[in-house]
Amino acid sequence: MKPAPFEYHRPTSLAQALDLVATLENPKILAGGQSLVAMMNFRFVQPDHLVDLARIGELSGIEEQGNVLRIGAMTRQRELEFSDLIARRLPLMHAALDHVGHRQTRNRGTIGGSLSHNDPSAELPLVALAFDASVELASRRGKRRISARDYLRGYLETALEADEILVAIEFPCWREGHGFGFHEFARRHGDFAIAGAAAMIELGAGAIVERLSITLNGVGATALRLDETEAAMIGHRLDSVLLRRAILAEVERLEPVDDVHATADYRRHLAKMLTMRAIADAAQAAGAPMARI
Amino acid sequence: MGKQKVTLRVNGVSYEREIDPRMTLGDFLRHEIGLTGTHLGCEHGVCGACTVLINGLSGRSCLAFAVQEDGSEITTVEALAENGELNILQQCFQEHHALQCGYCTPGMLMTLTELLRDNPKPSEKLVRDTLGGNLCRCTGYAAIVDAALDAAQRLAAAREA
Ligand code: FES
Ligand code: FES
Repeated sequence: MKPAPFEYHRPTSLAQALDLVATLENPKILAGGQSLVAMMNFRFVQPDHLVDLARIGELSGIEEQGNVLRIGAMTRQRELEFSDLIARRLPLMHAALDHVGHRQTRNRGTIGGSLSHNDPSAELPLVALAFDASVELASRRGKRRISARDYLRGYLETALEADEILVAIEFPCWREGHGFGFHEFARRHGDFAIAGAAAMIELGAGAIVERLSITLNGVGATALRLDETEAAMIGHRLDSVLLRRAILAEVERLEPVDDVHATADYRRHLAKMLTMRAIADAAQAAGAPMARI
Repeated sequence: MGKQKVTLRVNGVSYEREIDPRMTLGDFLRHEIGLTGTHLGCEHGVCGACTVLINGLSGRSCLAFAVQEDGSEITTVEALAENGELNILQQCFQEHHALQCGYCTPGMLMTLTELLRDNPKPSEKLVRDTLGGNLCRCTGYAAIVDAALDAAQRLAAAREA
């Protein structure tokens, strides 16, 4: 299908782009276009104005600021995939990128686009939530910074106001030597996940869990954290019985969609299994292998 | 809503056109400049038939507007044959029966052109994972994977010779 007509704008600075989104009637921001153009071709989305951010140099790049990696919203997924800095400091993101679409879409797709589209089964929102990343939003009114948890509001929905643009995402890095694991189930490599799970773990003396992050996609309106399981395990050794009990109880209460791809029950089942696998990998990588659960 | 002037370099030739901003790169190639080698299947980013190289990187031409690529260098399937002779990858497709109806073939070829350039010795797994972005409804993929692996070997031999 063909998209409805629109006017195209290509600002070269953030200030110009902010003026455009604040003043135009029914504008839409174009990042890499890998979700938006498909939706426009279907006429699900019919903007009158398209504001393309591709020529705004200040919006892309990866910067190491002490313990934080600041990633410009227009940084292509390809750049993240091949970045040594990402592989070293955010290994979970590196692992997850292999599942983000296909070579052809990663060449063009951006991190900011993925976070702003916020598909419930997308990987990059999951990664942002797993790291407790924060996002920087700009408008003519100024800048504000909010947590990824607050940004990723719901099904294809974010906290971005109509006159705002997502500028950058900041990822606090975990301690060197932390463990991580990522498992996802999709019908075809690179397709949208039916469900996926990520885990990160930092262990202290005696293999006590000091820090734990468990994040799922595909089982809610947006990516979500297993807060209760995390809280139950922190301060304890990784005990597979306790862990299993906590995961089963928390996942059982989730209400994933029932659709043509999978039933809600099957998604819950996947969520449990993938979570346990991701944690087992993370524990192994952190130096405290646990019995397969 | 007004037309916009764009200049795209396609297979080494510059084309300047006045177009509607809503024209996709795929439609630009086929309808504006008559290069019908690029096929459009789904027009929403799922099948990969429309894959071309945009500044050397594979991309779906149904998910890009031509206006976005003003000034870009586009490479399509028409650029693969050398002096009217199929190139090595294309010959491998022919010899391994890696196409039947041929609808997916231009996209397959462009995806593999990038892969073999960036990874001259790909494993079978890498070939399969990379082709995950291209659907074929005829061949069952086995012959396409064989053709790609054979092409990698023959290209390596040609480089050494
Ligand atoms: S026509 Fe572009 S991906 Fe199918
Ligand atoms: S040869 Fe027919 S779709 Fe691939």
